[in-house]
Amino acid sequence: MPHTAYTPIDGCPIWVDKTPFRSDECNILTKNGPKYLGFKTYICVMKNTISERVADFLKNYPPFSALESGQLAALSYEVTIVHKESNSIVFSEKEAPHDFFYVVHKGAVALTKKGSTQILDICDEGDVFGLRPLLAHENYKLEAKAHEETILYAIPIKEFKPLALQNHLVGDFLIESFASNTRNPYSQKHRGKLYGVSNEPSQGQETKLLDLQPVRYSSDLVTCTEGTQIKTIANTMGKYNVSCILVVKDGLPVGIITDKDLREKVATGLFPITGSAKSIMTSPAITYPKELTVTQAQMAMMKSNISHLVLTEDGTTDTSAVGILSKHDIMVAMGNNPAVLLRAIKRARDSKRLRGIRQSIMSLLQGYLEENIPIGLVSKIISELNDATIKQVIDISIKKMETEPPAKFTWLTMGSQGRGEQLLNTDQDNAILYENVPESKSEATRDYFLKLGSIISTELNTIGFEYCPAEMMASNPLWCHSLDEWKEVTTHWMGNPGPEEVLLSSIFFDFNVTYGEKALADQLSLHIFDNVKKFPQFLTHLASGALQNPSPSGFFRDFLVEQDGAHKDFFDLKLRALMPMVDAARVLILSHSVKSINNTAERYEKLVELEPQNKELYLACSYASKALLKFRTKHGLLHNDSGRFIALDKLNKEEKIKLKRTFKTIKEIQSLIEIRFQVKNLLR
Amino acid sequence: MWPFSPKKQLELPAFWQEYEDSFQQRLPEKVHDNIFIVWDTETTGFRLDRDRMLCIGAVKLMRGSIAVKDSFEIYIQQEHYDAESAEIHGILRNGKRERISELDALKLFLGYIKNHVLVGHHVMFDVNMVNAALRRNGLPKLKNKTLDTGLLYKRTLLTSNVLQKKEKYALDELAEKFSISKKDRHTALGDALITAIAFLRILEKLNPRNVKDLIKKQDPPRFSL
Repeated sequence: MPHTAYTPIDGCPIWVDKTPFRSDECNILTKNGPKYLGFKTYICVMKNTISERVADFLKNYPPFSALESGQLAALSYEVTIVHKESNSIVFSEKEAPHDFFYVVHKGAVALTKKGSTQILDICDEGDVFGLRPLLAHENYKLEAKAHEETILYAIPIKEFKPLALQNHLVGDFLIESFASNTRNPYSQKHRGKLYGVSNEPSQGQETKLLDLQPVRYSSDLVTCTEGTQIKTIANTMGKYNVSCILVVKDGLPVGIITDKDLREKVATGLFPITGSAKSIMTSPAITYPKELTVTQAQMAMMKSNISHLVLTEDGTTDTSAVGILSKHDIMVAMGNNPAVLLRAIKRARDSKRLRGIRQSIMSLLQGYLEENIPIGLVSKIISELNDATIKQVIDISIKKMETEPPAKFTWLTMGSQGRGEQLLNTDQDNAILYENVPESKSEATRDYFLKLGSIISTELNTIGFEYCPAEMMASNPLWCHSLDEWKEVTTHWMGNPGPEEVLLSSIFFDFNVTYGEKALADQLSLHIFDNVKKFPQFLTHLASGALQNPSPSGFFRDFLVEQDGAHKDFFDLKLRALMPMVDAARVLILSHSVKSINNTAERYEKLVELEPQNKELYLACSYASKALLKFRTKHGLLHNDSGRFIALDKLNKEEKIKLKRTFKTIKEIQSLIEIRFQVKNLLR
Repeated sequence: MWPFSPKKQLELPAFWQEYEDSFQQRLPEKVHDNIFIVWDTETTGFRLDRDRMLCIGAVKLMRGSIAVKDSFEIYIQQEHYDAESAEIHGILRNGKRERISELDALKLFLGYIKNHVLVGHHVMFDVNMVNAALRRNGLPKLKNKTLDTGLLYKRTLLTSNVLQKKEKYALDELAEKFSISKKDRHTALGDALITAIAFLRILEKLNPRNVKDLIKKQDPPRFSL
């Protein structure tokens, strides 16, 4: 097949590097045009270092993979590289088609339909979007928005169309993908709805969060009465192949007997098999209404630590049972649930897969918030999943190292993830703590862990944990130490508590073991508590640090908004509301030498126990910190950012009142700290 | 005789006049309306008096977009040659690349940059290199405003003295932090593209109000913790 010849135009700009496409046939180009060497037809393509790189990228993805290299080089030269900030719009619905279609080079683009927050598709590296409207000469039917910071290659349709018409492979790809309504017909997953609107009716059904659908339960009840003999019960359960049996009295559920009861109470010899159902049943049975969603059911099980729920007409034990729901039913019922995700995480072999799973975690989170599931539970689940992700990343990273770790170590997560409050993707704050090694090995060991730290931190970044802007990461030599070194560092911080040291301690002291030897971290905790006693002034400084963030409301109970910078007139939720609560909890809990409670709300709950005289305030604090966290998460999800800055004019009255209510609590806890730790005496 | 007789005012060539005239137009106020020239040079070494530019690469950045075909890449014929630096940039003395004279290179470069803001990593080095070349050819210095991604990057990090900010951040470090492919490191145009993407990421982080504000941000912060 003859090539299309791209001959350079006379007087073409000289600064373009006119390296010929086939160097064996033509290798010299002069200012006035190419010199013909030999008699073969040769192809000369305009290109430069960047267009070569663009071509290198495109050639890996259909439909460009089907292009001949000369065609691709020519096309690449016409590309425009576009940078999109996260949440900026590439094109909106009903907009007239651009002169370009787009390929994602880095980052991700979300395609949505107007008026719904439901993301129809996420395009990442190598995915093509916005092509069909150009070929069909119609307006865009979807909105494309940068889901994160994104680099796109904009490919001019004018240059592409002739290629598509000429090259039947390219044409076939396009026809197939339009016909099947997926972005890439070669991929197994038919997830895309790229080239237009999908068949509308099925759309809602398909993409709806399974979690929020009503549960399907077994309505064939296997029951017995209180007097039934245990042996008979076991036989009945065996006959129907069920894992639990309902005990009823006058048609109402009074208790439940599960496999576990038989195992623990009968097989151990505690009760004879001739005993009655009443003696071993769990009573009262925990009942719920039958209109339970899958998520609620799971929460219920988690909350009471049980594996079976009894569903009754109205959710109380006063109406007859209509069904039984087991953990297994839930597992079967849904794909996107924490347990399934957890298993998917543990099975993931590379960070790319983990990145996909994190998307699901985010949509799970969104669903939970919409369903108004208590934020305490939500943050527990999400933190569990985050922890599992990090653990998996560390396992993957260790495999990438040439040798096994030379010493025992722990991976500490600090800051919000350490406190179990990291619901959205925020920065990674982490550190490595390894056991003491003999002097001769200290350097090699440190090098090993620094390298490991930087691999892990890069992988985490791939998955979606942003780098810490203050470099508080295990890849930094300042955050990768042996036990003795960490003891030294923390002693220094506590013995010389300047503002910096207080800041560093406040971040570090919320550490949580995500991976490795917990014993090492415990030794460090003990050391820190010893030092708290040794340097009593440290707590005072920490307390003063907790007070340095200005109070959130001004004289007229108005919100104090940022005066300057990029977030002018926004309310800084993190700095002005969350941080004071978090800092206060930390100093109080440290002063009680309580370790291994990191979550702020839980810390306040513990304080309720420790200081019953302040019960009311601490309960309010616990509530406020949960409310603020929920607030931040909701806003973060809404705007696809960290949720830190809130545009006040976007809040409704109710939200404003809710926020203000927490401010009162913040003021109170701040004054308690001020008095208790005698911060006033400090020269500040 | 007056020992410091003023240099004879030479008639400057037309291309310089054109370049100078472009400065009569004021830069747009908004960052978004500006064209930024992000560029890099490959040189025979670091000494301004002895070393020479071998290559200039530049891209035009406007509203977050870079048109590939509107990029600038020239190789320059030079007498001075340094075998050591050739190992870094891979430009051989008698390589097959088409080369042009230094004066032609300057002419094209000035025509390309006009009055736009020049952005580069440690940009002053490149500016000084070009200025030295301009002087050799009897021309005045560059007049453009400059932005250094090295300095700007520092401003995206937290202000704190215990965190031990480095004095200088290499382009490699920026590329790593922003996960930009380093495949084309040490070709002028490749480095220019890496710098351009790093610059865009920095812009998103700093979110300056206008160009003036952005230029000011290069200065060390007035307050620290």
